[in-house]
Amino acid sequence: MSHDVWVVVEHQDGLAKKISLELLGCARALAAAWSGKVVAFVPGGSTSQVAAALGARGADMVFAAEHPLLQRYTTDGYATVLTEALRADPPAVALFGATSQGRDLAPRVAARLGVGIVTDCTSVGVQDGTLVATRPMYTRKAIGTIRFKETAPRIAVVLPAMYPLPPEQPQRKAEIRSWPVQLDARAIRTTVREVKTIQRETIPLIDADIIVSGGRGMKGPENFALLDALARALGGAVGSSRPPVDSGWVPHDYEIGQTGKTVSPQVYLACGISGAPQHLAGMSGSKHIIAINKDPNAPLLQLADLGIVGDLFQILPKLTDAVKRVKSSP
Amino acid sequence: MPPPRTGRPPEPWAPQGERVNIIVCVKQVPDTEAPIRIKTDGSGIDETALNLVMNYYDEHATEAGLRLREQFGGSVTLLSVGHERAKEALRTGLAMGADEAILISDSAAEGVDHLGLARVLAEVIRSLPHDVVICGKISTDDNAGIVGPALAEYLNLPQATAIAHLEVDAMGTSAVVHREVEGGVEVLQVPFPAVLTVERSLNEPRYPSLPGIMKAKRKEIKTLNLAAARLTPSTVGAAASRTVLASLSTPPKRKAGRILDGDMDQAVAAIVAFLKDEAKVL
Ligand SMILES: Cc1cc2nc3c(=O)[nH]c(=O)nc-3n(C[C@H](O)[C@H](O)[C@H](O)COP(=O)(O)OP(=O)(O)OC[C@H]3O[C@@H](n4cnc5c(N)ncnc54)[C@H](O)[C@@H]3O)c2cc1C
Repeated sequence: MSHDVWVVVEHQDGLAKKISLELLGCARALAAAWSGKVVAFVPGGSTSQVAAALGARGADMVFAAEHPLLQRYTTDGYATVLTEALRADPPAVALFGATSQGRDLAPRVAARLGVGIVTDCTSVGVQDGTLVATRPMYTRKAIGTIRFKETAPRIAVVLPAMYPLPPEQPQRKAEIRSWPVQLDARAIRTTVREVKTIQRETIPLIDADIIVSGGRGMKGPENFALLDALARALGGAVGSSRPPVDSGWVPHDYEIGQTGKTVSPQVYLACGISGAPQHLAGMSGSKHIIAINKDPNAPLLQLADLGIVGDLFQILPKLTDAVKRVKSSP
Repeated sequence: MPPPRTGRPPEPWAPQGERVNIIVCVKQVPDTEAPIRIKTDGSGIDETALNLVMNYYDEHATEAGLRLREQFGGSVTLLSVGHERAKEALRTGLAMGADEAILISDSAAEGVDHLGLARVLAEVIRSLPHDVVICGKISTDDNAGIVGPALAEYLNLPQATAIAHLEVDAMGTSAVVHREVEGGVEVLQVPFPAVLTVERSLNEPRYPSLPGIMKAKRKEIKTLNLAAARLTPSTVGAAASRTVLASLSTPPKRKAGRILDGDMDQAVAAIVAFLKDEAKVL
């Protein structure tokens, strides 16, 4: 086993996803503790553009695993390539993002290799020479510290926004090597019929520094336009608590909480959300929380850094105007 | 170390006489509503006074199994690894309409990690006819999401995780599923036998009926130990675990905030000032 730290990079349209860049930052700290290298492993149908950009974000070495069958993610295709790579040259740690791909792939790889895995990590670090990860447990009513035993590698699946984006250092270069991929189409048992993209006016939750979120207090689907307008003005994303999803006002991928997404943006602005434990589970790790609620006893008002007792329908349009004014003033 | 696998072609498979053998894996977990008490030594939570329920996603998994049975005929068998008490969660699934339930319970499995848990389930499933294995996408106690894919690996079956839509072909030999991916939906075809893990948007779980509850009470729940599953503590117990819960602690308290109650214009000004000066995002 080497002391290297691998990051399994996800990318789209020639750009690494934000979570993968965050993982390079996490990997740098781990590699420093062990005097190892940061290795970016980039599977895909075409990888050269994304590979070329990773040195500037902290990778020392890039393995470009290019193959037509890797153009689209499949569990079988990716698991085959990754387990072979991790077996051939086992690093100390392999980091995956807690995305639809990472959550599907990492446990399968861990099982095939028989190595330790921790998912939903909020931190991954070295304590007394041992790799440890922290993760929320029991609806975030507790934080678990998990110790890895010495397997080669150890796999951590890390939540988004846990590590800052590493600054771009254009003069920093990584050594790029192509990783030989042997893959038989018959090894891939599932068939991706299509990936339907959903066009939204606002950015995805996972990438957002600012999330504007609405609950049952939004009263109906049409009122989410108020949140869209504010999110657009702020350059943020729109999320929701569970009732708007259950009522069909917004799609399920808006949901934040125990049965939705876990987010940790710079700012979480909750409108008409009471603050049930299952909702807090998905957002109480946010850096700053603002809540607007007409009920002074709402739990989320108590938790928030700034709580506003008031009617969201009066506040939101004025707030959007005020934000636009600030943004347009030099 | 086993030789590297390059994967293998799908094994030929046909459902036996159009009956589909459905396995649903179920976990008993603390009610997410309830406050928890962390043991003073931080080794875990005190479960004695806790309301334990069937994992929320497993209700959706059970529902998916029951609908498949309604469509194709066959049987739904529930499997759980846990303490004697976990029979209550299995009874919930029986009351919903599952045909049989098996509990694998063994003190030697204490401290098992998720991969070990999947191995236990895989060994038991191997001994049962199985056309499709359904799990929740995560369990709400630790949100790990490891067991489903690991189970698929140990059974050497294809997987589709966190599915939000399921359509099985008329022959019952493959399924088209939808998976929520970032910014879209992936439409995937999966040949059976397969392991599926389900998202909550897949279906609306039925409530157990009163006759269902009465019937479930009388049903025998088969209990197996590790030896019956041809496993030993050295392969799946604490010693074999690759990860260890070192400690459990209460999350750090957020620092107290401000609450403003009054004029709307002041409220708007306060939010803008907060975004600018404290959060520094404006
Ligand atoms: C197993 C399980 C998992 C769950 N997972 C999740 C999850 O992932 N995410 C989630 O969010 N929930 C989840 N829930 C549901 C959770 O328990 C709550 O029911 C839910 O979070 C409540 O959503 P809410 O705050 O939007 O609605 P409510 O609790 O009804 O609150 C609405 C709030 O809006 C305020 N309001 C109304 N009108 C206005 C107005 N004009 N201006 C300002 N404020 C107004 C009200 O004062 C109230 O506080 C889960 C539940 C279970 C059992």
